[in-house]
Amino acid sequence: MDVVGALNGWARRVPTWPFYVLAPLPAVWWLWLGLTGGLGVEPIKELEHRLGEFALQLLILGLCVTPLRTHLGLNLIRFRRVIGLAAFLYVVLHLLTWLLLDVRIWSQIWADIVKRPYITIGMAGFVLLIPLAVTSTNAAIRRMGPVAWRRLHRLVYGAVLLGAIHFVMLAKGLQLEPLLYLAAVLGLLAMRAIPRRARASA
Amino acid sequence: MAGRWKPDLTWADVTPKAAYMNRRQLLAGAGAVAAGAIAGPAMASLGAVPSPYSTDETPNTFEEITNYCNFYEFGTGKEDPARNAHMLTTEPWAVRIDGLVDKPGLYGLEDILADVTLEERIYRLRCVEAWSMVVPWVGFELADLLAKVGVQDGARYVAFETAYRPDEMPGARFPILDWPYREGLRLDEAMHPLTILATGLYDEPMPNQNGAPIRLVVPWKYGFKSIKSVVRITLTADQPHASWNHSQPREYGFYSNVNPEVDHPRWSQATERRIGEGLFAPRRPTLMFNGYADEVASMYAGMDLTKFY
Repeated sequence: MDVVGALNGWARRVPTWPFYVLAPLPAVWWLWLGLTGGLGVEPIKELEHRLGEFALQLLILGLCVTPLRTHLGLNLIRFRRVIGLAAFLYVVLHLLTWLLLDVRIWSQIWADIVKRPYITIGMAGFVLLIPLAVTSTNAAIRRMGPVAWRRLHRLVYGAVLLGAIHFVMLAKGLQLEPLLYLAAVLGLLAMRAIPRRARASA
Repeated sequence: MAGRWKPDLTWADVTPKAAYMNRRQLLAGAGAVAAGAIAGPAMASLGAVPSPYSTDETPNTFEEITNYCNFYEFGTGKEDPARNAHMLTTEPWAVRIDGLVDKPGLYGLEDILADVTLEERIYRLRCVEAWSMVVPWVGFELADLLAKVGVQDGARYVAFETAYRPDEMPGARFPILDWPYREGLRLDEAMHPLTILATGLYDEPMPNQNGAPIRLVVPWKYGFKSIKSVVRITLTADQPHASWNHSQPREYGFYSNVNPEVDHPRWSQATERRIGEGLFAPRRPTLMFNGYADEVASMYAGMDLTKFY
């Protein structure tokens, strides 16, 4: 049977609002684990890492939407906004964990942002996401017009790339996992250069 | 080495073995009653004697010390060593001692331990990643072993090597570092009474994930200097290869003394977080030489510690 067609049918019927309700739940769950000893003996770092890694995963998921449509004909565009906003939520929570639970010393926070390249890069990625979150409403799209809106939202490419580099840079030694994330991001960005699948071959 | 320092404790202060074995039995018994069974002590106690070099800070729990480890041969996650290190064969174990020594050779662990007094050394441990613990190590001074094998005149450094067994060490199958893991000390650092070879913690044999059966502990240096599961000790004239120093010389110096004023290029070393204090504990200030400045600072007098980090 036509798997893509079935998935497209499902994607048209399923409402998107439950995903806005579900998106924060992992964070609530991890916070609960952190409070009850479920995140190991160093819960702050573990919480920080889980939030950051999940944010990166959501950003990568968001990058998958367009190639899935152009190369497989699978249309998940209705879910892209909730994916993007959830990613932003987790980036914010990751940052808040770093600010309020991890470092807490304002002079050191500022020194870290300026002096530590991996933190500078992570912060830059976060800053790139702010205008995208602010203009995520239908009203904003109408106000800006689709062309300008789409151009602005290409900033996400830079944000995901910075996020992946941020992860690679904080690893000690030669570690595989962050490099796999970076490879996935580079691969998904490169796919945007591949011409759209010819309609006739479908 | 006996006589190098004068503890104000005597043998009378040592808890008689029968007493602490009893305590263990009581504790084990309490658990066993709950479980509806009778059980004796779980592990052999090492009977380590107290040391004046111990800090009076509260040690981290056995759970914390054994479940938050950096031992990349068993994986880079903090809990990977606890999961994987059971694969390491620690019996039999031998340490090759060579280089500029009078009596080089392959020394069985039992020979190394035959005539040493095991002490409990409760030390602060400061990881280069800006976290810290307090660990009740059991061990003996490295100087005792070096005296036994006879250090020759030309020796100025001591090199150490961890076992490299990819079949028992899943992390060592990947080139995270240039295996085997190697570390080194200057001879005066190695001879310092704070420097120990540890064979246990909490008065029990060393858990594999913490570097069984024998590891170095140098409490005033970042944790990665305290090399685990040592199979080779070589006295050398030249500064030896050290794994992290070799992989990232800008980030990890040969000395790697704990120093709140010299930052790691990627993060500040001014503060640290004590493991086990939960989600809301603030960082605490890092102490120069990890709080052992009185004992060790004189070894670095006149050295520019921003250059020799």
